[in-house]
Amino acid sequence: MPRRPSSRLLIALGILLAALAATFVDAARLAARDAPAARARAELAARLRVTDLVLFTEARYTRHPTQADLHSAFQDHPMSFEHFPSGSLLMPPAPPSPRPETGALPAAGSQP
Amino acid sequence: MIELKDIHKAFNQGRENEYWALSGIDLTLEGRKVTALRGPSGSGKTTLLTILGCLARPTRGRIRLKEEDVSGLPERFLTGVRRSTFGFVFQQFNLVRGLSALENVMLPAYPLGLPRHELLARAEARLAGLQLGHRREARVEWLSGGEQQRVAIARALINDPEIVIADEPTANLDTALSRQFMGILEALVDEGRTVILTSHDPLVVESTVVDRVVTLRDGRIVDPGNAA
Amino acid sequence: MTHWIARQRYLIDFTLAALARRKVRNIGLLLVFSLLVFAIASVMLFTSALRAEAARVLAASPEVILQRLVAGRHDLIPPGYIERIGRVRGVQRIEGRLWGYYYDPVVKANYTFQVLADNPPAPGSIVVGAGLARFRGVRPGNTLSFRSYAGRLFSFTVTEVLPASAELVSSDLVLLSEADFRAFFDYPAGHYTDIALSVANPLETRTVATKLSTLLPDSRPILRDEVLRTYASIFDWREGIVLTLLSAALLAFGILAWDKASGLSAEERREIGILKAIGWETGDVIRMKLWEGLLVALSAFLTGYLAAYLHVFHFSAAFLAPVLKGWAVLYPRYTLTPAIDGLQIATLFLFTVFPYAVAVLVPIWRAAITDPDAVMRA
Repeated sequence: MPRRPSSRLLIALGILLAALAATFVDAARLAARDAPAARARAELAARLRVTDLVLFTEARYTRHPTQADLHSAFQDHPMSFEHFPSGSLLMPPAPPSPRPETGALPAAGSQP
Repeated sequence: MIELKDIHKAFNQGRENEYWALSGIDLTLEGRKVTALRGPSGSGKTTLLTILGCLARPTRGRIRLKEEDVSGLPERFLTGVRRSTFGFVFQQFNLVRGLSALENVMLPAYPLGLPRHELLARAEARLAGLQLGHRREARVEWLSGGEQQRVAIARALINDPEIVIADEPTANLDTALSRQFMGILEALVDEGRTVILTSHDPLVVESTVVDRVVTLRDGRIVDPGNAA
Repeated sequence: MTHWIARQRYLIDFTLAALARRKVRNIGLLLVFSLLVFAIASVMLFTSALRAEAARVLAASPEVILQRLVAGRHDLIPPGYIERIGRVRGVQRIEGRLWGYYYDPVVKANYTFQVLADNPPAPGSIVVGAGLARFRGVRPGNTLSFRSYAGRLFSFTVTEVLPASAELVSSDLVLLSEADFRAFFDYPAGHYTDIALSVANPLETRTVATKLSTLLPDSRPILRDEVLRTYASIFDWREGIVLTLLSAALLAFGILAWDKASGLSAEERREIGILKAIGWETGDVIRMKLWEGLLVALSAFLTGYLAAYLHVFHFSAAFLAPVLKGWAVLYPRYTLTPAIDGLQIATLFLFTVFPYAVAVLVPIWRAAITDPDAVMRA
C-alpha cells in the first residue's frame, strides 16, 4: 500500500517544525559559543570608548551615526545614500580632473 | 419508498427567462425496483431525477423519502440524506480528474471520517466486484469509457446507498458495454437496492431488468407505467 | 476527536492530490512564496541580531558625549571646556577624546584614527583593526605610511592587530598616541574632538546633560540612551530600504497568489459541484480549501524561514551583504550571534500564512454555496 499523501505531508511538516525548533536551540548554542568573543568585544568597546559599530565606513554619518549631524548631504562620498529620500534623486557633480593626489578627502565624484 | 406530490420546478424564477421544467408531478416509487424515466430532451426527466435524488429542491410540492418529508430540510441535512441514501452515476461520469480510480471511489466517504484501512478495503472490494481491481491505481482519465463508468458505479456504491440514481447511463457506451451495464443493474437489484434512471435508449427501457417506465413530456407525466 | 482528525486527514489527502495535478505550477508558486519569506526573514534575522549586538556592545559606551557645534556643524572643543565641566556635580570622569577620519587614496577606503586614553601605543607605533590589516595586508612589525592632509608622509610601525572577533567595533581603527595624532592632523594643542563623560548615578544622566547645556550653550550632549535608540532606529531605516526594494516583489507575488488562489477555473468549479453532489457538505469543501491555503503557506513559511536562518547565521548573510555594504570599501567581517525576535517571526508568520489562506477561501465560498444539481444540468 503506498503511503498516504497526508502522512507524507505531515511527516514533512513535522520535520520542518522540528527544524524550526532546532533553530532556537542552534541560536542558543551559537550564542554560548560566541559568548567569550562577545564579552571581549564589549570590553574592547568600553576600553576604546566606542560609540558606534563599524558597519558602513563610507561616510561620517554611516560610520558614526550617533555622532554625526545627519542633515548635510553627500558628506563624505558623492554616491553615498542619504538619510533623506531626495538625496537619491540628485546626481553628484561631474568629477574634476585631474584628481589631486594629496590624500585630501575626495572631491565629489571620485568614484563612478 | 419515494413519494412525490404536485412537484413543480422553475428555473430563473421571477425573471424574463423563467421556465417551468416540471409542472405538477405526482409519483410514487417502490423500493427494490428499477424505474426508468423516459422522454424527449427537455421533457424534465433529468430535473425530476435531481429532485428525486435530493440534489435540488422543488419550487413547489412535497417529497417524502421513506415516510419522511425531506422537501423542507435545510441544505446541510439534505447533504446528509444524499450521502447516506443515494448513490449517483452521472451521464458524464463526473469523475475527478488527476485522481486514481481508487481515490475517486473513496471520495463520497471522505466526510464520514472512517478508519482509512476500512475505507480502503471497502473501495477495493467495490472495484474488484466490478472487475476493476487491476486498474485501481490508474488515473481516471487514462481509463476507457466503460471502465470510467464502472468506477463511477463503484463510487456511487461506496456509502452502501439504498437508492442508486443514474442519468442516461448508456449514453456514452456501445452495445456490449450497455449490456454489461444492464447486468450490473440486475446485480444491484439483487442486492436489494432501488434504481432510478433516465434513458431514451431502447436497450434500457425495453430490458426485462427495468420494472417500470415512466414517460414524461413537457414537464408532466404522460404515462406513469405499470405502477404496482 | 479521532473522528475529527480522520476527516481532516481525508480532506488533506484530497487537497494534496488536487495540488499534485498541477505540479509544476504549484511547486513554482511554493518556491516563489518561500523565496519571498526567505528574503524578508533574512532581513529580519540579520537586523535583529545586529540590534542585539549593538545593544550588548554599546551598553558600556560613555554615558554622555559632549560635542561643540559652530553654525550647526561640529567643531573642536577649545581649551578650558574640560576644566569648566569639572565643576558640574555628578560627573565622575571627564576625558577629552581625539579622533578623526582619514581617507586612504591608495585603497579608496575611510579609516578612523583614534587616540587611546589608557595605555596608548608609543609614539611612532600604531594598533590597527583587523579589517584594515587585512585590507592593507599588514601584520605586527610592518610599517604603514599615510600621507597627512597637509601633504606630509608619516610612517608608523604596526605593533598590534586587534582581534578579528572584534571587527564589528574596531575594523577600521588606527589607534595612535596623542602626539602622533596631533602631528598627523595638525590638530591645535589643547583642543579635543569631543568629551566623554561618565556619570556616577545613571539616574542623574539627564540632569547632568541639562546642566551641561546651560553651562556650555554651544555644546550638544549625546546620551548613551540616545546612542542605543539611534541604533534601534538606524536598522529600522536600513531594514526599510531593503523592504522597500522587496515590496515590488511582494506586490508581484500578491498578484500571482491572488490570481492563482482566487481565480477558480471552470474545472475547479465543476469539481466542487461533483463533490457536493456526491455528499460533501459546503463546510467540507471550504475546509478542504482552507487546508490547501494553510498547507501551502505553512510550507512556504517554514522553508523560507529555515533557509533564512541558515543564510544569515551559517552563511554570513551572503545575499544581503551587497545591499548592506552600501558604498563602503572597507567592510568588516563578522559572524552575527543569533538573536531571534520571536514576536517578529510570529508577525511574519501571520502576514504570510493568513492572507494566503483567505485569498484561497474567498472564491471557494461563492462556488461552494452553488446548488449541487449544477453537475447534472451541465
